[in-house]
Amino acid sequence: MMQTHMGKAQVDRPSARLSLAYIWVAYAAFGLAALAGMLQGMVRGGLIELPSWTNYYQILTAHGVLMALIFTTFFIVGFLLSGVAKTTGGSLHGTALGLGWIGWILMTVGTAMAVVTIVTNDASVLYTFYAPLKASPFFYIGAALLVVGSWFGGFAVFSSYRKWRRENRGKMSPLFVFMSVTTFVLWLIATIPVAVEVLFQLIPWSLGWTSSINIMLSRTLFWFFGHPLVYFWLMPAYIAWYVCVPRIIGGHVFSDSLARLAFISLLLFSMPVGFHHQLMEPGISPGWKMIHVILTLIVVVPSLMTAFSMFATFETTGRKKGGVGLFGWFKKLPWSDVRFFAPFVGMLFFIPAGAGGIINASNQMNAVVHNTIFITGHFHITVGAAVALTFFGVSFWLIPVLTGRTLTPTANRMGMVQTVFWSVGMFLMSYAMHYLGLQGSPRRTSFTTYMDHPLAVGWLDYQRVMAFGGGLLFVAAILLILILGYLTFFAPKGNTEYPTAETETEQHTPKILERWPVWLGVLVLLCVLAYGLPIAEQLTHNPPGSPPFRTW
Amino acid sequence: MHLHRYEKIWLILGAGGLALFIVLLCVNAFAMGMAPPSNMEMIDPTKVSETPPFDNPGLKKISDTEYDAYMTAFAFGFNPNKMEVPAGAKVNFHVTSPDVVHGFQIPGTNVNFMVMPGHINSASYTFEKPGEYLILCNEYCGAGHQVMATTIIVK
Repeated sequence: MMQTHMGKAQVDRPSARLSLAYIWVAYAAFGLAALAGMLQGMVRGGLIELPSWTNYYQILTAHGVLMALIFTTFFIVGFLLSGVAKTTGGSLHGTALGLGWIGWILMTVGTAMAVVTIVTNDASVLYTFYAPLKASPFFYIGAALLVVGSWFGGFAVFSSYRKWRRENRGKMSPLFVFMSVTTFVLWLIATIPVAVEVLFQLIPWSLGWTSSINIMLSRTLFWFFGHPLVYFWLMPAYIAWYVCVPRIIGGHVFSDSLARLAFISLLLFSMPVGFHHQLMEPGISPGWKMIHVILTLIVVVPSLMTAFSMFATFETTGRKKGGVGLFGWFKKLPWSDVRFFAPFVGMLFFIPAGAGGIINASNQMNAVVHNTIFITGHFHITVGAAVALTFFGVSFWLIPVLTGRTLTPTANRMGMVQTVFWSVGMFLMSYAMHYLGLQGSPRRTSFTTYMDHPLAVGWLDYQRVMAFGGGLLFVAAILLILILGYLTFFAPKGNTEYPTAETETEQHTPKILERWPVWLGVLVLLCVLAYGLPIAEQLTHNPPGSPPFRTW
Repeated sequence: MHLHRYEKIWLILGAGGLALFIVLLCVNAFAMGMAPPSNMEMIDPTKVSETPPFDNPGLKKISDTEYDAYMTAFAFGFNPNKMEVPAGAKVNFHVTSPDVVHGFQIPGTNVNFMVMPGHINSASYTFEKPGEYLILCNEYCGAGHQVMATTIIVK
């Protein structure tokens, strides 16, 4: 049923091997992270106590780093490289392959360094590594290698793009390639500030070469990167929604130019917005905060465009298949196909997630939820549901494509069960987190009743709901790894289609959308406007620096 | 570039709603004085215990209905750790840290801000209802983060 006989592989062997290498590191990290996540839920729910050789903040660091940085980055590089190979003729050329492998080696070495320091309890600084908490220098060096390695994945995409444009003069690039290039442009620019923080502030200071550090500057550089980071997670999910899902349901891309415009807008408006993460901090004036709040909220527009495009594609396809009436088309969608079902559930989660994001980004409402577990609930339904479910949905066809195997009906059914478990677990856990956060319960905090304060004691029931949701998520994670292991090593051989949709008819896409100097110019201008003066102020009007502390 | 008619309507409604929302936020922040805590005062983080008024943290009475609370947040507690004010009192919290980054939050109120070493942050709240209000640290600060809390009693 999910098999096509194209005669030749969708992605050639060398490219497939490279992508698989990335995807399997991603899922190894995912498995460890899921275990750490479940244990945290149990501790916070008051159901278990950790053995004396580990502690809550250590596994919290492991969970955050492995899930939010390692799983996502490895999966994204692997997925985008495979899609670029597919849409530029089925293979990556030698240079791109070489760059891709250099990236994989650097990232894997960096990951190993970070994991070892976390395991030896020398880096319990959480994945935001806020100074003046001082981790082992190897933790920061590992993080730097991870970031620099991922740049090579981007260089591989750029070099394929350049080659394709040279060979297809005057033509619009394939949508998948255009979107991958936009994603990596965002990633490259966004990681520059955190690279500056790590290389020029944290590493010299953690090695003892400098005695103190400018805290506000380190935080500003971190969040300059920290918000585009969430768009680096989201844009590959959007690629799957815009390009792959329409083909899976037997439809077309709704509008090529709108899709490209949405990506250019995401690139421009996700960058100069970091202060909305720092709304409750001293040392940044309310005027600058408001500018970032406004720029943040503008990101709503490309999200609205994406929502429209998705549902337009669903409706057009459903009607073509004979759906009548206002909602008849809805029933015609392939609900029992996990390649559609998993990302669709992810899209549904993204609706409340977007609403929560508006709350977090608005400066007065942020005062109610800032650093409460509401925030944790929010990013679990964005990255943990919308993005992760899409990545799972992609894996169910991508791994068979790369291994030359097929997604069997049984594996598909198991995938459906896995999606339901993950969704119910995520729903229960995040609902409880949102509710508790509104009551003032903090995030990133081990089990506590605050000396039996009645308010904190009243939070316990909901903390148990969180733990229960976390348990379901862990079961779903194990199931996922079993299914993906089956698809890699045991599923029957065969050709699986790499689903990439095209527009229905020839559409005129404005050439301006592919003029990179224009967009990079606008982007640099926006970043200078948003960050130039505040950073200059933090460099000149700054208090005496902070020495390092190890408080764990 | 071609835009579908329904999409135009959708985007106009969305962008219009967004514009209205942003205007409301600006009015709240600048006309009604509800800007987020953004104190620009600085202090040497290594000399907090010698720098007045943080050498002697505590409540300073301004009037019968208004108090300044000078506090330090450290790993893992707050100083002073007991405070008492009458119901109806407005308390201006001024907080700094001698070590790492902490949070300062009073659940059930809008008092919620970051405490950075080197900076003094502040927020005000009028305690209308009597009770024992929990003050907790909501930014991870180390192994004892979960016990870092104090209370303010409103009589």
